[in-house]
Amino acid sequence: MSSTAIVVVSHSEKVAEGIKELLQQVVGDVPVEAAGGSEIGGIGTSFERIQNALEKVRGTCDGTLVFYDLGSARMNAEMAIEMLDSESIQLVTYPILEGAYLAAVESSIDKPMDEIINSLKKEFDS
Amino acid sequence: MEVIQVQEWLSRTNEDLQEQKDYLTSLDRAIGDGDHGINMARGFKEVTKSLEGKDFTEVSDVLKAAATTVMSKVGGASGPLYGTALLKMSMACKGKQVDYKTLIEMVEAGLEGIKQRGKAETGEKTMVDVWTPVLSGMKEVDHFDGERIKHVAEEAKDNTESMQATKGRAAYLKERSKGHLDPGAVSSYFLFKNLALVMEEA
Repeated sequence: MSSTAIVVVSHSEKVAEGIKELLQQVVGDVPVEAAGGSEIGGIGTSFERIQNALEKVRGTCDGTLVFYDLGSARMNAEMAIEMLDSESIQLVTYPILEGAYLAAVESSIDKPMDEIINSLKKEFDS
Repeated sequence: MEVIQVQEWLSRTNEDLQEQKDYLTSLDRAIGDGDHGINMARGFKEVTKSLEGKDFTEVSDVLKAAATTVMSKVGGASGPLYGTALLKMSMACKGKQVDYKTLIEMVEAGLEGIKQRGKAETGEKTMVDVWTPVLSGMKEVDHFDGERIKHVAEEAKDNTESMQATKGRAAYLKERSKGHLDPGAVSSYFLFKNLALVMEEA
């Protein structure tokens, strides 16, 4: 069992799925879920889709890192996380592709979530 | 404020949103991503549907049910913002009879929720610029004055036209965001206008 799951929240279903695909090719056994697009599949984000993605990876890992792209993605992700009321889910503000990629690689070598967050900080906060 | 009035309030707001869908969308197309009218109309239609014919024991329960629907059905940035506002309003009156003092506390809690969720302050050309003056206007008097609320909300909504946006997609437009009404401020005006109407009739 991998330590940290990744959830990718994007305004575009294709972007989220694309990132998921890319990550899975590199690190096959890390749970990755995509939550892209609005409730009806258009451009936007959906609170329900994010919740579903979070629930899917729940139980497969010790923690979940959530990456997002634009404004309302953050708000919807925050709400979904609050509703699940779980401290093991963390929303992070790092490049959605590069950040998720780094996190997936580190998760695949069983780094715990707080260490992954430190690595993200080191890599992207300058 | 009673359960039936909250239902009436949200249902009338929905009527406005359906009628003004294209108008809101045109405002949002000017400085946003053009989905405000569609999102609000779709979401509030679901809200009205979900509340219809349901029995609620207290005001808080209606608002909570509405909040949940708004969160999942409105989408865009408005879903989380209005959803959070309604949820905070619901929490502020849980187990209470809603008198004027409580109503003020509810609007205050709603505004705080919006500011927190959107990381917004006043003067940024957002719905906060309607909620803030409405709250102040309510605090200045000791009873519900519908005319006053409607007037304050309308003026506040109009004031967003000359503001420069620093939040949301409109912020990218910088100077060019001036000269347009903020769509979220306009939909918030509908919300307060109908609150005023419903409460005046009570």
